[in-house]
Amino acid sequence: MRSLISILDLSVEEIDELIAVANDIIDNPKKYAEKCHGKKLATLFFEPSTRTRLSFEAAMYELGGNVLGFSEAQSSSAAKGESVADTVRTVSCYADIIAMRHPKEGAPLVASMKATVPIINAGDGGHNHPTQTLTDLLTIQREKGRLNNLTVGFCGDLKFGRTVHSLIEALSRYTGIKIILISPDELKLPSYVKQDVLKKHNIEYVQTTDLEAVMPELDILYMTRVQRERFFNEEDYLRLKDSYILTPEKLKTAKSDLAILHPLPRVNEIAVAIDDDPRACYFRQVLNGKFVRMALILKLLEENS
Amino acid sequence: MNIDSIKNGVVIDHIKAGEGMKIYHFLNLDKQDCTVAIIKNATSKQMGRKDIIKVDSFIDLNALGYIDPNITINVIKDGVRVEKYHPELPAKIINVVRCKNPRCITTTEQELPHVFKLTDAENQVYRCIYCETKADK
Repeated sequence: MRSLISILDLSVEEIDELIAVANDIIDNPKKYAEKCHGKKLATLFFEPSTRTRLSFEAAMYELGGNVLGFSEAQSSSAAKGESVADTVRTVSCYADIIAMRHPKEGAPLVASMKATVPIINAGDGGHNHPTQTLTDLLTIQREKGRLNNLTVGFCGDLKFGRTVHSLIEALSRYTGIKIILISPDELKLPSYVKQDVLKKHNIEYVQTTDLEAVMPELDILYMTRVQRERFFNEEDYLRLKDSYILTPEKLKTAKSDLAILHPLPRVNEIAVAIDDDPRACYFRQVLNGKFVRMALILKLLEENS
Repeated sequence: MNIDSIKNGVVIDHIKAGEGMKIYHFLNLDKQDCTVAIIKNATSKQMGRKDIIKVDSFIDLNALGYIDPNITINVIKDGVRVEKYHPELPAKIINVVRCKNPRCITTTEQELPHVFKLTDAENQVYRCIYCETKADK
């Protein structure tokens, strides 16, 4: 059974193919309106999420399919102590494909070992979030017209930010990528990501704490939120949450075709005044997320049919 | 000091001095009813000092490469050494070490096996298959 647990489950060719299908969906939505007629997507969200769950549900509806599921662990049998394995075995009887979010790292992998339908990892704690990475890649491709020869800045929480780790892994497979890591010392990219991904693939990278100093170099600026839920210690969260706030002043030295991405939700790390700047791509990014999830649902259902 | 030679079993040689008891427990030799001899701080030309374990039985040594691939395993049959090898790094180890990441699914789903796979043979790095946390030796 083909599932998507990590972005590395997909080859570069498969990612390019998903991006191509997503672009075709954007151009020809009617062609896809009945592709999933009679199919059901189960959204099993053991952790709250607005964007990802609604994006999956909207994606399935736009493919002509139906959706069932739950949006928090308390409204599922997990509250009674049911294991992930038993939950997905049960839901496999009702649905053709499952999108799962879980606070524990590795839960979707466990699900994929037991389910009889494809599992899409919709986020497992601070670990993987492959459909966000697909969203980011589609957005970069649409905004810049390419996925190679780019200088990409990641700013904010690079330690716990799963979207950052996954996107770095995905971009490391393209050529001409330079990564600039901008974070406070306490939230630096973990050394294993640097060792296993950047050094392994000979990716040029720079670490800095100074966003404004590197701003003129950037083709892409990927902003992140410092996530309260990833900290065991509230004091550390409060000390670090306002480390980087992107304002119009800080953008003065940026390229005119810079693309600013953010996985959202935003708290205050991007000033609202930037939203109307054409370089702000984060709401277009949300829309792209729906289209690439449509492409993914189609691919997994077709491969497993 | 004399220790009887074994007739059928294995001699685990070139164990780093002081690591013998760790391997004794790792191989669950305390739960076996065969004869086991642990020699500590034996003189070694190669290593200066080393530990040796002699086991008068054929036991599963599959995961020993995870502990130290430089160990030498001698297989003895009818009092004669018939095989000598270094254990390979196993591709996967199951229920040998536990994942220490408090966010890993294995912390809440107790029945799951703790599985680590070899991700970097050069540096002998094993990672949890669920959360990719590095195994602590």
